[in-house]
Amino acid sequence: MAKMTVRTERCKGCGLCAQACPKNIVAINKEKRNKAGYFTAECTDDNACIGCAMCAMMCPDCCITVEK
Amino acid sequence: MAVVFERPKSLCDVPLHYCPGCTHGIVHRLVAEVMDEMGIEGDTVGVCPVGCSVMAYNYFGCDMIEAPHGRAPAVATGVKRSNPDKFVFTYQGDGDLAAIGTAETVHAATRGENIVVIFINNTIYGMTGGQMAPTTRPGQVTQTTPFGRNPELAGYPVRVSEMLSTLTGVALAQRVAVDSVAHIREAKKAIRKAFENQKEKKGFSIVEVLSTCPTNWGLTPTDALKRLREEMIPYYPLGVYKDSVAGGND
Amino acid sequence: MKGNEALAEAAMRAGCKCFFGYPITPQTELAAYMAKRMNKNGGVFLQAESEIAAINMVLGAASTGVRAMTSSSSPGISLKSEGISYIAGSDLPCVIINVERGGPGLGGIQPSQADYWQATKGLAHGDFHLLVYAPASVQEMVDMVIKAFDKADTYRMPAMILADGLLGQMMEPVTFPEIEQKTHDKSSWAANGHKGQREHHIINSLYLTPEELERTVVERFAKYDTIKQTETDAELYMTEDADILVCAFGATARVVKSAVNEAREMGIKAGMFRPKTVWPFPVNELQEASKNASQILSVEMSMGQMIDDIKLALNCSKPVEFFGRTGGVIPTPAEVLAKIKAMGGNK
Repeated sequence: MAKMTVRTERCKGCGLCAQACPKNIVAINKEKRNKAGYFTAECTDDNACIGCAMCAMMCPDCCITVEK
Repeated sequence: MAVVFERPKSLCDVPLHYCPGCTHGIVHRLVAEVMDEMGIEGDTVGVCPVGCSVMAYNYFGCDMIEAPHGRAPAVATGVKRSNPDKFVFTYQGDGDLAAIGTAETVHAATRGENIVVIFINNTIYGMTGGQMAPTTRPGQVTQTTPFGRNPELAGYPVRVSEMLSTLTGVALAQRVAVDSVAHIREAKKAIRKAFENQKEKKGFSIVEVLSTCPTNWGLTPTDALKRLREEMIPYYPLGVYKDSVAGGND
Repeated sequence: MKGNEALAEAAMRAGCKCFFGYPITPQTELAAYMAKRMNKNGGVFLQAESEIAAINMVLGAASTGVRAMTSSSSPGISLKSEGISYIAGSDLPCVIINVERGGPGLGGIQPSQADYWQATKGLAHGDFHLLVYAPASVQEMVDMVIKAFDKADTYRMPAMILADGLLGQMMEPVTFPEIEQKTHDKSSWAANGHKGQREHHIINSLYLTPEELERTVVERFAKYDTIKQTETDAELYMTEDADILVCAFGATARVVKSAVNEAREMGIKAGMFRPKTVWPFPVNELQEASKNASQILSVEMSMGQMIDDIKLALNCSKPVEFFGRTGGVIPTPAEVLAKIKAMGGNK
């Protein structure tokens, strides 16, 4: 059981987390913008997350927390 | 569930002003993680450059000084000489460190100043809108090399780690990259080693971090990482160029 | 003791912990003196790679709250000007010595006062001032260095000793006063490691919001206003009944004093006004000294720079004449006396 959480108000939607995820379950949600106007990242399948924290390691804005 | 990854405490909890996908934030985090792990935030003084990371003083939790353009190694020298028990680092870009601040960089290195220099090489002046840097590769298009850098007109780039590795005062000269998780882990190890060197009074340690500038390269953040990997790393090979103690190779 | 060495000894006694320098004539003895003693006394002496690096090392050391100093001569001060602007903009205390030589450009290595404008008005970019002391003897260099460190800390701003090659090379007896070590509490701003016990301190001169930058500059100028009221200093010599008031600062004042004495012997009512602080300029003191004068003469080792401040201080209410030599030529008492006579000083 693992979980990644994006602090969406800090996310700039750069997508570096998504390209780093080995399970391909991190994506930029193109439906929702944050206050700064960015589309933000989210986990598309919580059950598939292995808590490797590769998304968080790549995040330039340090807005991902990972629990396991 | 336990937290396996979170923001380091030495990185202030404020939004970073960098463009989306800019790798400055990754390197900031690595430096902060090293300060946390070594428990030295309260004994560290950082020195910012002029350039995109000019406002890094708002981001690092340690005491910070904003230096004139290129002069961070001289400012850091003043801090370290008057406070030898404190950890001192500079955080500088390629224009700051390898153009206007070349003299300060080379002489702090050759004196073996017991400081850490984090050197961000993204081959461009980001803050001013994307002009040629001393590290801009031949052929690279920038605002001031609109037809690609022509070495006949604009000269050749500086390979900073290689150049500094020839100096006796240098303890560590290592080039790393932040294009992948594996490389980021390597980068953190290098930064940790640089700070450990300072603790052990080994002398000048520089970690050159190959970084991106998606905005001024005109690429998406993901494509910028690809360019870093495919074009920059072959021109600026990663590796340890010197690992010694100041004075150790003479 | 030689002037340059006296400056160095006084700085060490005043608690200067760090000296960063770069060789330049005619101030080199100062660094050499520091090199012999500073590190032994637990301080820091470092020869930097340039004037630019030296002033930035001062910036770094001063940021941590220690007393730091650099010294140079005219062309070197130009190089330091960038760092001095940052130091002023970051509200850091430090002491800068300028043992002036002739200019512009590489100029010469003989004494000059042609950096008056630079020191008092236009040292570098931006709205700011330095405290500028102008000694006229080796003893005064000692006293002013001690004072400069104290006032720099009091006001959190850079202070300069504006000397010249004549004073730097001059040998005179000096006594070093007992220094009452005032402690200046720098714990509210110094960047020397927060130990986890306070917020992080930031030493900085960047303000991207115009209103915020304006506010910091206006606050600094309020401090300058206080300094203008409290820190001016001048020597008045036979001014009470003086009809011709001769103004001079630094080494030139020694020449002028001789000329004034000779004029008095000839029955000319001459007097001398010598600012000891050239920023802030002693406006009230000059007004007092010139109250009975019909004419003013400014004597300088330049083409005439302090004369501007004299005219401003007197609102151009009296004629102000000028006599100067430049390029390293030192005016003689006979030349100054001839000028006083030519002004038709009344009997």
